Amino acid sequence: MTTTDTKTPAAEQDSDASLRWRGLMADSSGEDLVDHGSATRRNARELLGSLLAPYTKLIAALAVIVVIENAARLSVPILVQFGIDHGIPPITHHHDAHDLLVIVAVLVGVVAVQAASRVTFLRQSGRIGELALLDLRRRVFRHFQKLDVTFHDKFTSGRVVSRSTNDVEAIQDMLENGFDSLLTAVLTLIGTAVLLVVLNVELGLICLISFPVLVALAWWFRNASRRTYREVRESAALVIVQFVETMTGIKAVQAYRREPRNQEIFEEVADRYRAINEKTFRLVAIFMPSVDLVGNIMTTVVLVYGGWRVLEGHMTVGVLTAFLLYLRMFFEPMQDITQFFNTFQSASSALEKLAAVLATQPGIADPEQPVQLGTVQGAVEFDNVQFSYVEGRPVLPGLDLHIPAGQTVALVGTTGAGKTTIAKLMARFYDPVSGAVRLDGTDLRDVDQPQLRRHVVMVTQENFMFEGTVADNIRFGKPEATDAEIRAAAEAVGADQFIGELPNGYDTDVAKRGGRLSAGQRQLVAFARAFLADPAVLILDEATSSLDIPSERLVQRALETVLADRTALIIAHRLSTVEVADRVLVLEHGRVLEDGSPADLIGSADGRYAALHRAWVESLA
Amino acid sequence: MTRQPIPVSRPTDAPRPAVPAGLVSAPALRPPRDRPRRMTNLLRLLPYLKPYRVRWTAMLVAAFASLGATIAIPLMTKAVIDGPVRHHDEHGLWLLGTAALGVGMSEAILWFIRRWLVSRATMGVERDIREDLYARLQVLPMSFHNQWQSGQLLSRIMNDLSTVRRFLSFGIVFLALNIVQIVVVSGILLRLYWPLGVVVLISIVPIAATVLHNQRQYTKFSRMAQDQAGVVATGVEESALGLRVIKSFGREDYVYDRFDTQVTELFDIQLRKVRLQARFWTLLEVIPNLTLIVVLGLGAAATGDGRITLGTLVAFITMMLSLVWPIASLGFLLSLTQECMTAADRVTEIFDAPQPIADGPVNAVSPAGRLRLRDVGFRFPSDDERDSGWALRHVDLELAPGETVALVGATGSGKSVLTSLIPRLYDVSEGSIEIDGTDIRELTLPALRSTVATAFEDPTLFSLSVRENLTLGRPDATEAQITEAIDVAQAQFVHELPFGLDTRIGEQGMSLSGGQRQRLSLARAVLATPKVLVLDDTLSALDVHTEALVEHALRNVLQDVTGIVVAHRASTVLLADRVALIEKGTITHVGTHAQLLATVPSYRYLLAADDELDDGAEPDPEWSDDDRRTGLREQHDVDECTDDTCRECATLRSRPTPYGATEGAGR
Repeated sequence: MTTTDTKTPAAEQDSDASLRWRGLMADSSGEDLVDHGSATRRNARELLGSLLAPYTKLIAALAVIVVIENAARLSVPILVQFGIDHGIPPITHHHDAHDLLVIVAVLVGVVAVQAASRVTFLRQSGRIGELALLDLRRRVFRHFQKLDVTFHDKFTSGRVVSRSTNDVEAIQDMLENGFDSLLTAVLTLIGTAVLLVVLNVELGLICLISFPVLVALAWWFRNASRRTYREVRESAALVIVQFVETMTGIKAVQAYRREPRNQEIFEEVADRYRAINEKTFRLVAIFMPSVDLVGNIMTTVVLVYGGWRVLEGHMTVGVLTAFLLYLRMFFEPMQDITQFFNTFQSASSALEKLAAVLATQPGIADPEQPVQLGTVQGAVEFDNVQFSYVEGRPVLPGLDLHIPAGQTVALVGTTGAGKTTIAKLMARFYDPVSGAVRLDGTDLRDVDQPQLRRHVVMVTQENFMFEGTVADNIRFGKPEATDAEIRAAAEAVGADQFIGELPNGYDTDVAKRGGRLSAGQRQLVAFARAFLADPAVLILDEATSSLDIPSERLVQRALETVLADRTALIIAHRLSTVEVADRVLVLEHGRVLEDGSPADLIGSADGRYAALHRAWVESLA
Repeated sequence: MTRQPIPVSRPTDAPRPAVPAGLVSAPALRPPRDRPRRMTNLLRLLPYLKPYRVRWTAMLVAAFASLGATIAIPLMTKAVIDGPVRHHDEHGLWLLGTAALGVGMSEAILWFIRRWLVSRATMGVERDIREDLYARLQVLPMSFHNQWQSGQLLSRIMNDLSTVRRFLSFGIVFLALNIVQIVVVSGILLRLYWPLGVVVLISIVPIAATVLHNQRQYTKFSRMAQDQAGVVATGVEESALGLRVIKSFGREDYVYDRFDTQVTELFDIQLRKVRLQARFWTLLEVIPNLTLIVVLGLGAAATGDGRITLGTLVAFITMMLSLVWPIASLGFLLSLTQECMTAADRVTEIFDAPQPIADGPVNAVSPAGRLRLRDVGFRFPSDDERDSGWALRHVDLELAPGETVALVGATGSGKSVLTSLIPRLYDVSEGSIEIDGTDIRELTLPALRSTVATAFEDPTLFSLSVRENLTLGRPDATEAQITEAIDVAQAQFVHELPFGLDTRIGEQGMSLSGGQRQRLSLARAVLATPKVLVLDDTLSALDVHTEALVEHALRNVLQDVTGIVVAHRASTVLLADRVALIEKGTITHVGTHAQLLATVPSYRYLLAADDELDDGAEPDPEWSDDDRRTGLREQHDVDECTDDTCRECATLRSRPTPYGATEGAGR
């Protein structure tokens, strides 16, 4: 896949930076909010801290419980040793099982304590984890909804979904599987190390020699797997991208005989994915047997040295047994650690990404003391509004515009003239760099979002349909609307006819993304939605560009109903849509070139609109 | 496009051709059994293991050898304690110690060998199946792809294959190994001292029961959690895609409440899972510990009485504990086996999907481009009863070489389907389509598809450079040809992209606007220099000005090729020599634009745009003729109209002289 672009010599000379820019490394560079600096890491820690903050007391209690649990677990081998060394001799010598019975009774008690503490710990720590996760999910969702459109334009919906699902699940994995095993592993390591030394100083110290070896192994594994881990994810992403692109574009693939080249590319990425997976596997193949090797060597050493001490009479068989049991315990958690590194790694990078998202402040903020609007007439004013997406390249160099309440204004101009920018400023998807946009004389920045959205609504060409019925989708304009109101809105825009012909009428499921409805029908539903919301100001962005003529005709009629009695701003490529306006603004490079009623503008012989209109008329030929 | 003969089908045993045929897919798959069983589909995947059989077998041998070492170590402990330690035999101690060291080291080494070998073998299998699956999916027809969402296919090619790989790499190995270990160790324990052995065997029962019960419950909860996570993900996706609508209407709270309900439900399920797991892991530690207590009590008593040796007791305890993990993991391994069988079903399901559109025997590229549709009928091969009606029926149409026909029809009338039939993205259900007298089903797919080029309504661009996107249909195009195609499609904007034609675009690259994408898609079709050019409403997202320029340039292109143009607007229709009107899946009228406009009311309804939307600035002259268009405002007479800006008149004035206007196969 990466070789596909490097056909020309010029392309081969490109630096890494330009390769990134072209999207070759889109997947790795796509995580643009994360710079992996210490600040991000601190943010991630703070996020984790704030998620766990409500449970500090419970966590403290759990810390005590987990220590008790591990103490109980670790005391079992010692008690076994006691059983062997002090329980057996009385039986052999005077058939007295009393000591043994006492030890067995103690063991039963210890196991009971262990069971109780373990079940409590697992339940409570699991509950805290899930609660924190719920909190995180809510926060992330809320925050994405709060972030402004500029952010979403750059961030893309795909990444929103991946942050809210994959990344949260990575953290879930750690909370569910990693946390308990890490804690247990650490406590076991420390506990057994201490016990080994206490049981027998010499033998214990010999065992501890293996400790630095294990630490070194774990260190090596951690570093090596961190590198490959990233590569695995990247190459998996490449396979997925190539696959999804082929399947979603299968029509073009087949029509243009792209299959052989696709197969080549896919085999390349699939093999790369295999190779890197194999590399990961081999790291484990080295690490795990190495730990096992160290463990087996230590067992032999203990066996031989311990055996020698026993036959010399310096040590009991019970101690030897306990030693062997503890060694098992000592090495077992090491196996879990491989698993833990991976979950920990994905969880911490997920946490960093989420922390970065949550740290992003919306560019459009609510005022601290919002103005109460009362009844809104719908007069809109642009007062010397300047706006630029990139500094130094103004899209609007200073716009003055007054739209009286109830007027329908159409914006006309070539791509880049600033039509959509004006619409978005009016809906306060953006704030002006300088100057002000006012609704009935109130600066939009002084109005809070709920009020603003109540009075200013923007309908785009996307006509997004939510999952649910047709009625649900119309109701989106006014959640508390009654069925009668919904029907009235549909009738008003002329959508009632096609809705009536659907299998279940208003209760018909629109299917995924409105797949059951045609583009024109979706447009009508969107209009009904807007009509139901009944805003004072309505903005229509290219609402009719992709419709066929009968649908357009239908929509056009609906438009007149929707626009009546309210201030409206229309952007359209099709001049037919413009015709319903009271006033037309011809824009170029963010400036108003012509301003007047459609009839007046057509009348002016050398006007731009007149020329556009002529071109359009010719196109209808 | 290299026009070499391409084999109709590849024999299974033949080596892969140096130039991948692409249109052929031959997975190394066993044919399905007549009477399928649960394991059948998994077994059918076995041939994929063949290239790796030596490694895989060696891996199995290493695994069993290392099991032997694992079992031997506690026995050596017993030998040490009962032998040298008891009899003060220092020499024996060293001897046994060395042996134990050898066994311990060889266990680790065998373990290493197993892991090292298994990685190559099973990852290779996974990749091979993945590549074959992808090859097959590329060949499967549109009718298949319409029924499958790409997400479902993705989960097969990623998740299901990795399940198969995990099963092959350790699932099946450990299943065998653990069972052997349990049996052998139990046998040894019974032989060491049978009463204690029986105690251990009895303790296996509750552990196994707990494990199996837990696995069932856990699978149930996991599935519930997965489903609910899916619901949550859908909600998130919707809220991200519909963000602008949500913001426009200020419905953040409404959407959040819905999300909150879903996510709380997920929380509840997760909590149930946590409780189940807490109980399970506790039992898994407690039951062996209780057994340990019993073994210790009885064993110590037995040792005291001299019935067993101290070494036996120690070996007993260590061996017993070594059984816990093999038993505990049985539940997981069994469910992995289940999952793998399901995954194999899902994978083979795709391999078994019928592949009705295959190469014909003729590989010649037609020279002229005479296109003929004979009584063509089409219905979607769908199990959905509602859609099983005819999408097209009795379509007859003949296009002379070089002629262009516009298809006009309401949404859903079958225009787009008709265009998909010509490159055989679908096959006709009845009738036939011929190019220069040859049924297109007789042609090889590469031959056909290099003759026909289509620019689709929804322009698909791939994450490649602009150049590669353009030259899809003609990889050997020269720079000049590319520039020409770009000019025709008015796609000069590509020269201004940061890297010009080498800029990467599409999903993973630069994003382009809808109009830009359409123009590239058009340039791509034009560049392919087909004999038959199909334009499926390719200009819908262009602004008026650009559209006019594109149409002007297209006129030249269409002179030399046979063209089918799906049109929604009069301006596009004028690219064509004739117009075919499609209504409810059949061609009802064929003629020139002027003829149809004059005589067919339904055609006027579709194409006479906007006449009711006159802005009222000009007076509407009287209309003399009788007109059946109810609900539409009257047309007016060109000759009587004096207003230069009058749209209707302009429409009629610029009407082209009808050339080649033969009343065709109109029904």
